[in-house]
Amino acid sequence: MFINFFFDLKQASLPVSLKEYLMLMEAMNKRVVDSFNVNDFYYLSRSALVKDERYLDKFDRVFGHSFKGLENPEGETAKEIPEEWLKLMGQKYLTDEEKKMIESLGGWDKLMETLKQRLEEQKKRHQGGSKWIGTGGTSPFGAYGYNPEGIRIGQKEGKSKKAVKVWDKREFSNLDGDVELGTRNIKIALRRLRKFAREGAETELDLDNTIKSTAHKGYIDVKMMPERRNKIKVLLFFDVGGSMDAHVKICEELFSAARTEFKHMEYFYYHNCLYDAVWKDNNRRYNDNIKTWDVLHTYPSDYKIIFVGDAEMSPYEITYPGGSVEFWNEESGETWLTRMLNVYENAIWLNPIPERYWDRIASTSIIKQIFSDRMFPLTIEGIDQAMRELNK
Amino acid sequence: MKFEGTSSYIATEDLKVAVNAAITLERPIIVKGEPGTGKTMLAHEVAKSLDAEIITWHIKSTTKAQQGLYEYDAVTRLRDSQLGDEKVKDIKNYISKGKLWNAFESDKRPVLLIDEIDKADIEFPNDLLLELDKMEFFVYETGETIKAQNRPIVIITSNNEKELPDAFLRRCFFHYIKFPDPNTMEEIVEVHYPDIKKDLIQEAFKIFYDIREVPGIKKKPSTSELIDWLKLLMTDDVDAKILREKDPKKLIPPLHGALLKNEQDVHLFERLAFISRRENENVE
Repeated sequence: MFINFFFDLKQASLPVSLKEYLMLMEAMNKRVVDSFNVNDFYYLSRSALVKDERYLDKFDRVFGHSFKGLENPEGETAKEIPEEWLKLMGQKYLTDEEKKMIESLGGWDKLMETLKQRLEEQKKRHQGGSKWIGTGGTSPFGAYGYNPEGIRIGQKEGKSKKAVKVWDKREFSNLDGDVELGTRNIKIALRRLRKFAREGAETELDLDNTIKSTAHKGYIDVKMMPERRNKIKVLLFFDVGGSMDAHVKICEELFSAARTEFKHMEYFYYHNCLYDAVWKDNNRRYNDNIKTWDVLHTYPSDYKIIFVGDAEMSPYEITYPGGSVEFWNEESGETWLTRMLNVYENAIWLNPIPERYWDRIASTSIIKQIFSDRMFPLTIEGIDQAMRELNK
Repeated sequence: MKFEGTSSYIATEDLKVAVNAAITLERPIIVKGEPGTGKTMLAHEVAKSLDAEIITWHIKSTTKAQQGLYEYDAVTRLRDSQLGDEKVKDIKNYISKGKLWNAFESDKRPVLLIDEIDKADIEFPNDLLLELDKMEFFVYETGETIKAQNRPIVIITSNNEKELPDAFLRRCFFHYIKFPDPNTMEEIVEVHYPDIKKDLIQEAFKIFYDIREVPGIKKKPSTSELIDWLKLLMTDDVDAKILREKDPKKLIPPLHGALLKNEQDVHLFERLAFISRRENENVE
C-alpha cells in the first residue's frame, strides 16, 4: 500500500526519492506516530516526503487519492471515534481501583454519554469564543484521576474531528507552483539566474591571499579583491496593448520582481512582435522610440534576453514585411527576431497563455519555432525552467 | 523524548508530529512559513520542553559553513610567532570552536538552531551536508575527528529567499507553518495574554483577519504583529466598542501602525473600508 502511494507521488511528478521513502519507513518502524491513526500518518509522510511548500497541495491531492476509503466517512460526528479510543486508553491507563469507581458511577457507557454531551457543549461553546473544555477544570473526568489524559484525549478528538480529511481541505492550494504567481514567488524563481562573480574595483581584504603572500614574503603584504556581485545582465521586452491587456497584472508582478532582482536590467516595450523600434514610455511611444538596431549595438551579447508576450497575432505580422497592424514595417518581424537571437545567445520567451493552447495558435507556433522551442509559460514553474535555460 | 508544545507555545498536531519524527530519527528538521509565525521560537520552545541546552547559529549572507565547525586564526598566530610567544607552538591555541563543534561536545543532547539558512550562500547547505548527516567532521590543523557525543536536535529555519539544494532537503524533515486559523490563534493569544477581555479579542480578530484578506495588500500582518497590536490595545485600554465603530470618519482601526507597516497598505485599506461601510449603510 505504501509502495503504491510512493509511486503515485512519483507519477504526479513530485520530487520524492527512495531516501525519503526509507526515512518514512524508519519513522513508522520507530513508532513516531500511532500507526492506526491516518491523520498522524498524513502529517508524518508529508513532513518526510514534501520538502517545498509548492508541492504541498499536489501531495494532498495524491494522498487523498491513494488513501481513498481509509478516512472516516464524511459527516461522522464525534460519537464513534472517542469511545473506541477512550476505551483503549482507559484499559491502558486506569488502575483496577479506578475502573471499579467508574462502574460504581454508572459504568462506562454512562460515562461516555456524559463525555459526548460535554464534547457537544465544547464545540458550541468554543465556537462562541470561550475556552476549551477541560482547562476550566469542570470536566467530570477529573474526579476519576483521569484528567491529565482526559484533556489530551478531548483535545485530540476535537482536532481529529476537524481533521477527518485534512488533506482534502487543500489548505496549501495557493502555494502550488503551477497556480499562483506573487511577486515574492517570482523573485524566488528569478533568483535561479543569479550568478555571483567578483568584478570591478578591489575593495575587500582577501585574507587568505594576504596570509599566503605575507608568509611567502616575510612582511605584511595586503591583498585586496573586488566585492561579489550578481553579474547577470538582463534585457526585458514586454508586449503591451491589445490582447495583452488581460495579462497586465501578471506582467506588472514579473516586472517589479525582476527590477529588484537584477542590478543590470533594461526593459523595453513592443507591440505584438519585434520590429524596427521599441520604446520605454508608453505615453510617448510614437515620438520617443528607440531603434532596435541601437539596442542591438548598445548592449553586449552577454546580456540575457527575456521576451514577455502572448504571441497571439496574425501570422502575417511575423512573417511578412508590412504585416504590422500599426505601421508599415520594411522588414518582417521574423527578420528582427532572428537578428536579435543571432546577437544574444541566451534568450527566452515567456507566454502568459497556458501551454496547452499554444499549438492551436499559428503565430505562437511560429514564434516558438523562431526561438527554437525556448518558450515557457508565465508560471512559477515556467519561469523556473526559463531561468535554467538562460543559465546554460 | 517527545515534544508536546509548551505553556507558552501552541504547537499544532502536524508540527508536533514533524518535530517528534525529527527527534526520534535524529535528523534535521527544516521549518518554513510566513514571517512571524514562530519559526525561531519553535527551537527555543523545543529546548525548553525537553529541558535541553539551546545553541543558536544565526546565518548571515557572509556566513561560511566552516565557521560553524571551527576557525583557524592564522593572523594571531603569525603575530605571536613574531613576538616569540610560547603559545605559538601549539596550534590548538589558535583554533576557535564553532557552533556545530559546541553542539557536538555537549554532554546532554542539545538543540541546535540554524536560523535563516537561506541568507547564506547557495553552497552553504551543501557544505554542511556530511557534517549534519554523519554528525562528525575532521579538523585538518590538528588531525582530529570531532564526533557528536549526542546527536543534537537540529532545527533549521528558512525564509525562502533561496532554494535549498535537493540533496540537503532529502536528508531533512520539512514543515511549513501555515498561518494559524482563528481557533489556533485564539489559543495563541490566550497563552500570551490570559486576562484579555473576550469581546476585545473577538472584535480585534475580526479586524485582523479582514485586513489579511484585503486583496492586493503588500504585507499581510502576521501572528507576532497581532500579538503586539493586542498588547497596545490592552495598555491603552481600548474598549471593544471602539473597534466596532461604524463612524465613517474612524475607518482605520486604532493603533493600526502595529498591523499595517506600509503607507500604500494604509491607503488601500482606507479606501476599501470606506467602500464596504458605505455599502453596509446602504443595506441598512
